[in-house]
Amino acid sequence: MTAVKRWVFELALGARMSLAGGRAGWTRLALIAAGVGIGVAVLLSVATLPTALAASSSRTEARTEQISADDPPKSDETILVGLASSQFGDVAIHGRSLQPEGSRPPMPPGVTTLPGPGEMLVSPALADLMRENPLLAQRWDARVVGTIGAQGLSGPADLAFYLGSDTLTEESAFRVDAFGATGVPDEGPDPISLLFPAVGMVVLLLPVMVFMASAVRFGGEARDRRLAALRLVGADAAMTRRIAAGETLTGALLGLFAGALLAVGIGLLTSRYATGKLSFYLSDLRPVPALAVLVIVAVPATAVLVTLSAMRKIVVEPLGVVRLSGTVRRRLWWRLILPILGIGLLAPLASGIDVESGGAAEIQVAGGVAALLIGLALLLPWLVDAVVNRLGGGGVSWELAVRRLQLDSGTAVRAVSGIAVSVAGVIAIHGLVSGIENQVKAADNGGSGWTGFQIAPQNDLPEQTWTAALRDTPGVQEVLTIRSHAAEGDGTLLSIKVGDCTALARYADMTGCTDGEVYGVDAPAAAGTYTLRDGPTWTAPAVTRQVRATTNSPGYGQPMLLITPAALNGTPIPGTTDEFAVTLVSGGGADAVEQVRNTTARLDPQAFLLEPGNSAFAAAMRDIREGLLAGTVALLLLIGASMLVNVAEQLRERRKVLAVLVAFGIRRRTLAGSVLWQAALPVLLGMALAIGFGSGLAAVLMSAVNAPVSIDWIGIGTTSGAAVLVVLGTTAAALPTLGRLTRPGNLRDE
Amino acid sequence: MTEQTLLTAENLHLTFGETKALDGASLHVRAGEVVALMGPSGSGKSTLLHCLAGIMAPESGRVVYDGRDLTAMSDTERSTLRRGEFGFVFQFGQLVPELTCRENVALPLRLSGVGRREAHRTATSWLERLDVADVADKRPGQASGGQGQRVAVARALVTQPRVVFADEPTGALDSLNGELVMKMFIAAARETGAAVVLVTHEPRVAAYSNREAVVRDGRVREQEFAR
Amino acid sequence: MSVSFALLGLLENGPRHGYDLKRSYDDAFGRDRSLHYGQVYSTMARLLKNGLVEVELEPGDGPDRKRYAITDAGITDIEAWIGRPEKPEPYLQSTLYTKVVLALMTGRDASEVLDTQRAEHLRLMREMTHRKAQGDLADELICDHVLFHLEADLRWLELTTDRLDRLAAQIRR
Repeated sequence: MTAVKRWVFELALGARMSLAGGRAGWTRLALIAAGVGIGVAVLLSVATLPTALAASSSRTEARTEQISADDPPKSDETILVGLASSQFGDVAIHGRSLQPEGSRPPMPPGVTTLPGPGEMLVSPALADLMRENPLLAQRWDARVVGTIGAQGLSGPADLAFYLGSDTLTEESAFRVDAFGATGVPDEGPDPISLLFPAVGMVVLLLPVMVFMASAVRFGGEARDRRLAALRLVGADAAMTRRIAAGETLTGALLGLFAGALLAVGIGLLTSRYATGKLSFYLSDLRPVPALAVLVIVAVPATAVLVTLSAMRKIVVEPLGVVRLSGTVRRRLWWRLILPILGIGLLAPLASGIDVESGGAAEIQVAGGVAALLIGLALLLPWLVDAVVNRLGGGGVSWELAVRRLQLDSGTAVRAVSGIAVSVAGVIAIHGLVSGIENQVKAADNGGSGWTGFQIAPQNDLPEQTWTAALRDTPGVQEVLTIRSHAAEGDGTLLSIKVGDCTALARYADMTGCTDGEVYGVDAPAAAGTYTLRDGPTWTAPAVTRQVRATTNSPGYGQPMLLITPAALNGTPIPGTTDEFAVTLVSGGGADAVEQVRNTTARLDPQAFLLEPGNSAFAAAMRDIREGLLAGTVALLLLIGASMLVNVAEQLRERRKVLAVLVAFGIRRRTLAGSVLWQAALPVLLGMALAIGFGSGLAAVLMSAVNAPVSIDWIGIGTTSGAAVLVVLGTTAAALPTLGRLTRPGNLRDE
Repeated sequence: MTEQTLLTAENLHLTFGETKALDGASLHVRAGEVVALMGPSGSGKSTLLHCLAGIMAPESGRVVYDGRDLTAMSDTERSTLRRGEFGFVFQFGQLVPELTCRENVALPLRLSGVGRREAHRTATSWLERLDVADVADKRPGQASGGQGQRVAVARALVTQPRVVFADEPTGALDSLNGELVMKMFIAAARETGAAVVLVTHEPRVAAYSNREAVVRDGRVREQEFAR
Repeated sequence: MSVSFALLGLLENGPRHGYDLKRSYDDAFGRDRSLHYGQVYSTMARLLKNGLVEVELEPGDGPDRKRYAITDAGITDIEAWIGRPEKPEPYLQSTLYTKVVLALMTGRDASEVLDTQRAEHLRLMREMTHRKAQGDLADELICDHVLFHLEADLRWLELTTDRLDRLAAQIRR
């Protein structure tokens, strides 16, 4: 009992000391709390993500139509649903045309009354967007009569609408008797979506851990001096450790509290401002209980453990602090185990991910990345030691910095290992993402450089109506009609396109095209007989020339027959559907795109609009990339702050030596230079290692998702630039301290 | 005066907050002589040394070195002057702990732009002269107090300064080690012709001087050396 | 020797009877040993003979009727004595103390007395330090002995200097 009491007393004493430590003590406490708080906020947010995602996707599933292979028979309880999804800018808008077939139709969630023809229901977010953008408000030929309730939306920012209709047919829509997809099989996990969560978690969490671990050591040297004073009045070594633990614990608990507040703040901001997949209702944001408890228990415990392990390396004597780390020789071999393990885990993935393995691949990737990144953090101290011990020569400021690092590189390296791990992770993900982004973009811009739209109507409006309406649309330069058909022969599906040379140019390289020719893309050369979709057979003319398809063309990857009108000799292919190729005035801008979408949606909400490229996907990739970079820069700033604390502390400890150097006539510039080198050297080495590891990791991940392997100069540039800024900023921020410490008065107090 | 006056302080005043550190202090230092500044602690002797060396600027009064008015110089000019013409020895904690003893001694030379190799050669000869060549490649923390102080003396003399300022150079040493340091210090200073301004409260250390000046309440009572 | 200077110095502030002189001396200097009347009269007789004091006779009779006063020659003599540093040697304190007290009593600069003495001590210490550097180990040990004694004296001088204000206040009382 008394032992417990003593422990409590000593922990409390530590807590009191940290609170009563004056300005320096408060700074230390604030830094620890900030560091731990940020870490906790991130951890709690991550712990919230699974529930939030589950809630959001369960609502998305609930509004998905139950589609079965054979449509249910038409009845009083069925409804026709047409796909009317659209896009505004890069943002996708979920849309359905609804046409009840009886008095008791099923209703999508969030809808109490079905919109009648000429009416529509919109989500609140879409209503806002339509209010802000008159162009979007004109898109549908319908009056907004209500909003969709929350239970029918993925999140507050979900853009969705239901359009009442009376023109849907079994051809242009499908019939359902219920909403809510039960166990719709996905297309299978796509390797990209498999990689991101795994790698992302590791990359996100590791630096946070490293950062938190270094945060609890902030201002440790001042703390050690306080502890030494305690030893002088009779505290034993074990007591000082417990008092130190009490001090850290105060910071960690404050940090926990700050982190919880921050997490709530993030949640509020998310529910208000987040878009796309990360838009959640506040009620969705409940951390997984087990994870939340883990965070609350593990963070303070880890903080205390880190403190105790850091204290093991020093001996607090009554008259000062002795550091034991100075002479420890860092060994290489065991630091190589983890990186090698990581490479071993990741290497087999280079040939592509085995999607079938499911979870196993995910674990393999996450484990490999984690091993590699932790290995990086372990390798860095050795590298800095090894490099710094081989350095010599140079000017006075260089010599001062190098010697300082040789004597004790631990403090500097701890701060930098956080940078290194996050930068390596970011470069890896950033490289992967921009690789995919480039792949998508290259597909968009490759070949003929075509940037037009292709519209495939689902209703039976005459061709003239479409071409006239499209031609009248502002920003449209040219509208071409392509007659299109699908045919089957000898078990191969063949896509047939009839149009003039300009129209056909969007499918393949048509250089030297003349009317009267027939071009084949992977199609049988000889004339053959095919069965058309609606039943009749049709004999195709012989191919006069084989061409290569442009990679981004609609229908890329399947055999095509491109026929110029003259080749048909005036006998049209029966049952042709028209498609319209729209070319925009160059420089027409975003408005022209929206105008085309408007015209299309007003004529036929169900019409398929093939847009050049996968801009929404590319935009999502860009968002991930930019978010990552922003996060890294923020992290780097934080680490810069911790480096600043270290540097200032070190300078203060050496005020006497500094004053003597000033007496000897040293230039401020020389001293500032040594501070700069001292910060720059470890960062430089950390960045080099991080860029190396990150690029290698990115290469493996890129080849795992079959993206072309490239070096991500943007990521490297941004993170290196930020690192340089951190070093310069740290140095600049240390200059006032340096100035204060080199004022002549400092020789006085001895 | 037969010898030329090298460094003069005229009527210096300097206050720190409420306390008058210097209250009309004057002092003359001739080339090559050793002047001991004595007086009770808090009398302002260290402050006077700092003003004489151009580390601090007095509020009023003049410090003239070799015909140049230190008090009218900029901080940069005074730094340059200190680098070239002055040397310093303090009580303790003055050697840069990360640098080896040799590098510490070479430091003033390198600050004046001497090349590394050249500076190290000169430093080595000075370490030998003060009988501390054996700690040349050790860090100050690995040398004894007496050795460290001799390294500091070597560092103060390595640029062949015309004035060496020493503030309680033996303050942290026992008598035997203190004596050794003083003997070598003064002998080396005399050989190079450097004047020494020696702040000390130990009479046996002051006995190494040519004459002493007593600082009391911020004023100097100068005793002319009568041989 | 110092007794005669002390008595002479005591007269500087005005003529006194022999009995007064003894009392003043005992107050200022006679901590352990007070002065005999006989010693006062014999010293006075010698000073009289040397022309450093003169006698003023008051009406009446008996030895107490004699008042001693200092002559100009006496003032010059005491002036020289106080201003002259003593040869540094052991057991110097009583003489120095006498000088300091007399200086304080007669409004002279007592700290100058001490500083002059300090300079003299340091001069000898320099000599010893110099001799030590030239000689062998035996010389060194002997010189060190002297040096340590001189240092002790010097420290006493410094301490006294720092306490002059208090001493002056005590004497004035």
